[in-house]
Amino acid sequence: MNLSNGRGSMSTVTSGAAVKSADAVSDQFPAGLRVLVVDDDPTCLMILEKMLRTCLYEVTKCNTAEKALTLLRKNKNGFDIVISDVHMPDMDGFKLLEHIGLEMDLPVIMMSADDGKNVVMKGVTHGACDYLIKPVRIEALKNIWQHVVRKRKNEWRDTEQSGSAEEGDRQQKASDDADYSSSANESNWRNSKKRRDEEEEAEERDDTSTLKKPRVVWSVELHQQFVAAVDQLGIDKAVPKKILELMNVPGLTRENVASHLQKYRLYLRRLSGVSQHQNNMNSSFMNPQDATFGTISSINGIDLQTLAAAGQLPAQSLATLQAAGLGRSAPKGGLPMPIMDQRNLFSFENPRLRFTEGQQQQQHLSNSKPVNLLHGIPTNMEPKQLASLHQSSQPLGNMTVRVNASTQSNPLLMQMAQSQPRGHMLSENTGPHLPRLPSSLGQPSASNGTSNALMGRNGIAGSTRAPGYNPISQSSSMMNFPINQTTEMPISSFPLGSTPGISSITTKGSFQEEVTSGIKRAGGFVPNYDIFSELQKPHDWEVSNPSLTYNAASQHANPLHGNIDVSPSVLVQQSFSSNQQTGQSRDANTMIVKPIFSASESMEQGTLQNQHLNTLVTDNSIRVKTERIPDASSQTNFYPEHYGQEDLMSALLKQQEGIGPAENDFDFDGYSLDNVPV
Amino acid sequence: MEVGQMQRQWIDYTRSLFIEGFLDAQFLQLEQLQDDNNPDFVVEVVSLFFQDSHKLLNDLTVALDQKSVDFKMVDAHVHQLKGSSSSIGAQRVKNCCIAFRNLCEEQNIDGCLKCLHQVKQECCLVKNKLETLFRLEQQIMAAGGSIPLMELSF
Repeated sequence: MNLSNGRGSMSTVTSGAAVKSADAVSDQFPAGLRVLVVDDDPTCLMILEKMLRTCLYEVTKCNTAEKALTLLRKNKNGFDIVISDVHMPDMDGFKLLEHIGLEMDLPVIMMSADDGKNVVMKGVTHGACDYLIKPVRIEALKNIWQHVVRKRKNEWRDTEQSGSAEEGDRQQKASDDADYSSSANESNWRNSKKRRDEEEEAEERDDTSTLKKPRVVWSVELHQQFVAAVDQLGIDKAVPKKILELMNVPGLTRENVASHLQKYRLYLRRLSGVSQHQNNMNSSFMNPQDATFGTISSINGIDLQTLAAAGQLPAQSLATLQAAGLGRSAPKGGLPMPIMDQRNLFSFENPRLRFTEGQQQQQHLSNSKPVNLLHGIPTNMEPKQLASLHQSSQPLGNMTVRVNASTQSNPLLMQMAQSQPRGHMLSENTGPHLPRLPSSLGQPSASNGTSNALMGRNGIAGSTRAPGYNPISQSSSMMNFPINQTTEMPISSFPLGSTPGISSITTKGSFQEEVTSGIKRAGGFVPNYDIFSELQKPHDWEVSNPSLTYNAASQHANPLHGNIDVSPSVLVQQSFSSNQQTGQSRDANTMIVKPIFSASESMEQGTLQNQHLNTLVTDNSIRVKTERIPDASSQTNFYPEHYGQEDLMSALLKQQEGIGPAENDFDFDGYSLDNVPV
Repeated sequence: MEVGQMQRQWIDYTRSLFIEGFLDAQFLQLEQLQDDNNPDFVVEVVSLFFQDSHKLLNDLTVALDQKSVDFKMVDAHVHQLKGSSSSIGAQRVKNCCIAFRNLCEEQNIDGCLKCLHQVKQECCLVKNKLETLFRLEQQIMAAGGSIPLMELSF
């Protein structure tokens, strides 16, 4: 069925098998996910309920926002996620979103028949973790669990990482958030959102870290006391310490108040208009920060989102922002550029785990040309490779167009998609590219309109490499272009891909492959799981099959193209650096693994918008397959059986040390190119 | 009429509904949601839609009849109708709603009235079509047959 449900595999990336089994092994989750649906339209409500039940979620429905809030307040821990319509008679959906964010901090997905950019943007700025466009398809709902996991993961991560630094960072972060959010590139969005969540969570968490404080639940009364105190002091003069004193609530700490104040300020800013907010952010952002992780992460996710959304190429900006934020080293153009090359997207993930690498990648990325131009030919690529890429890009271009078309005419797509077995994208490898596209596209797009299409595209473009590898920006950019959709999805997908790839290289050879493929694949995270299994067959690498990915990579037109180039070199560099610190790489590995998985999950979501990831996975897998075939022929100096793989490998190796294509079973301890026969 | 014949008729009829644009792929989604636990899911949802839309259309008629038309409210209603019609796959109704919303934005009362009329017509049309379809389905079931799985390949 849905391969995209790369669940749970946060644990470790050991092999495709592991990934696969994770699905079976993991407990019922996401079954049993407790969803609250709010919509004043009874028809939609009924359909949604049925769909969610089919996904094995526990559904509670209500038709007014007030009822929803009452339910939530009565039972604070009774729900995992909320899906709400935007237009409701008693209360604006965004208001409800604010309330939930402030009081319960649950992930909220907005939904509407309105797909106008402004509305979607509003969702972003108000902190919705996704935005679904009606009519909602069941595929879109299948992946909503990722938001829950992501949020929890962020909290967990935050707890682990920022425990000690948290206190000190908080203040700094508070001021930095605004700064960073201004140049909020979409790529950074996720990071910042994550960071923001982490910060707050870390603060409030009652966890292992000694610095953690008991979680404070901001009830209505408490919030009203808070607001009263703030009003009394005046919003400008309201500092946490004074607020705390005025509120005089036992057990409440200054940090609790500070974090809540941050949220509240955002909320107020939103009320007063996003543009102002952005302006503030922009100016403040420009202040170079010692972009520590913390700082960057502290960037308000929402702010970044806003900014990101404002950017033309959200993914790019996010990537940039993130890279900038994360890259300790002087952002090589990452910081300042809200709109970066799509390639940067993939560095987006990297920074998360490896700062330096991220930077490197960023540079690489920035050097490459925009994805959707066939020009995105990596400098490292050899001419013939380029040629092959070009070839592959052509079809992609076509596909892109198709995607667009499909996006526009969802019904058509859907119909086409319908004709094909839903969850069996993978099995459809044999078909020609074009048909595939629509079907894969159709599915995702059906549900969410553009975002879906994007996702689908991503999926297609980026054959899944390893779990969580985000097909790099390129594919996403590719998608963006034709589809003109900027959705969270691509963004979310990016981070995942890039990071894992890099880290993997260092630690394991197999990872290396994955990374490369991941990067190449712009956008196809989810499929990774599929690919994993696919890859498993031909190779006995632990991780996904590089060959598959490579193929996909080389196949995919431009985007991949650029990716491929970059990735190998980037990867190589990274792996080298990481090799040096085995200890670190280990950790990085682990770290990466996790994000990757979560990435895949988030991919489904599209981060903000999500839902489409599911399609991505399937799409990717399909893509990979179809592409594989043609690819073989286009390869110039690759061994017939492993196109992509060799292609990538050779590119990589050549760049590195001029070694020829690697064999399947060479040992990837660190970077042993020696084993690779030329 | 024997079952096989009825089934073919059902298929042809369904297909025609799609080709003529009365229904779109979302309708298929609904059909897929129907299972043994909810054997009448589609009929229930569609009925709910028509009940709801009937009310909405009445509200719209009243709203447009006012001396000073509140276009925001009209728009809100149309938006709702658009959402629910798209959720069940009533494509022509949905398209009408889209046009309607544009007219609302322009605050074109005459245009809105015409559109309202059109929406009502489309609702009626699709309602009749679906009723015919469901009747056919009932007949097939009564004769011991099963509803074919609809796959569209356009």
